[in-house]
Amino acid sequence: MVNLSFTLDRRDVVARLLRDRGEALVVTGLGSPSYDVNAAGDHKGNFYLWGAMGAAALVGMGLAKAQPERTVLAITGDGEALMGLGGLATIAVAKPANLVVIVLDNGHFGETGMQQSHTGFGLDLAAVGKAVGFAETGVVTDDAGVEALAAALHARATGPRLYVVRVRAENVARSLPPRDAVWGKNRLRAHLGFGVS
Amino acid sequence: MAAEPRDWPLELHRILRAEDVRQMCFVPDAGHSRLIKLCQADPEMATHVLTTEEEGIAIAAGAWLGGQRSVVLMQSSGVGNCINMLSLPVIGRFPLLMMVTMRGEWAEFNPWQMPMGRATEATLNAIGVATVRAETADDLVEITASSAKMAYGADQQIAVIISQRLLGAKKW
Repeated sequence: MVNLSFTLDRRDVVARLLRDRGEALVVTGLGSPSYDVNAAGDHKGNFYLWGAMGAAALVGMGLAKAQPERTVLAITGDGEALMGLGGLATIAVAKPANLVVIVLDNGHFGETGMQQSHTGFGLDLAAVGKAVGFAETGVVTDDAGVEALAAALHARATGPRLYVVRVRAENVARSLPPRDAVWGKNRLRAHLGFGVS
Repeated sequence: MAAEPRDWPLELHRILRAEDVRQMCFVPDAGHSRLIKLCQADPEMATHVLTTEEEGIAIAAGAWLGGQRSVVLMQSSGVGNCINMLSLPVIGRFPLLMMVTMRGEWAEFNPWQMPMGRATEATLNAIGVATVRAETADDLVEITASSAKMAYGADQQIAVIISQRLLGAKKW
């Protein structure tokens, strides 16, 4: 039976997951996840997507393959993850063991008027991740689960991981990260020691 | 005596290696099959099979963020799948090298290939990706070397268009 309890506070979840981020790099999906990660504190290791819906986990994959010694977190929403469903299969085959996909799942398209999404109708993205071959998957529905996930983020895994965190469907105050993708690209690359062309 | 046909997939692989391309994404096409095999056999190159072509555009951006060069191989029909995802490399000025094998032109047998064949370069150009078309193997080798320099060196988004005449029409 799918647990359809969407009760966690998204800002609190993201702040706790990034509290001890260490060397981790973070890619965010457009809309609320970008705001949530920015609200937790901007960081040179963040890259915020403001478009290209469906890209977040795959940008994370390319980055994770290029930087195998660093944990890469792709933090996105259920709508964005659903648009890139095939990408989960591609990630599972590529097996980046340092990639963690975190879906902040509120069961709705929050940015566009809170229309119910597929997960709101019962689709279980963690089960999809498991079916396509993610090494670890899980659904987090309570505070204890958030703390356990935060503690596990930097653990070595045998392959990519996908966690669905069920959060309340609400529009919280926007916390807008910079929208200039050239700047964001160059900032992250400089953080990793690469020069500007 | 006729000259041996030029082994352009081997030369393309050599160019990609010389440019230090470390990730190759693809949706298969018969025209790309030899280049795909060469890349898969290369221990220095990670190859990623995709479920749809736009995934490769996103992976390429991520690879560049992490300091690696990449290339995306697809057939012309796959260009249509990529359009919105191309917003990312275009607005972020991410280097992007796409290798596109054409269908829907020279001696095409399948009418379903025609609309996207006609739209391939027009749609790429409309979103802001430059196209350079190769009609011969000699052209293709030079264009690939030049386009790789412009993509990785000058932060350009370029699709090398490999004509169906060069590849030979699909045999049915």
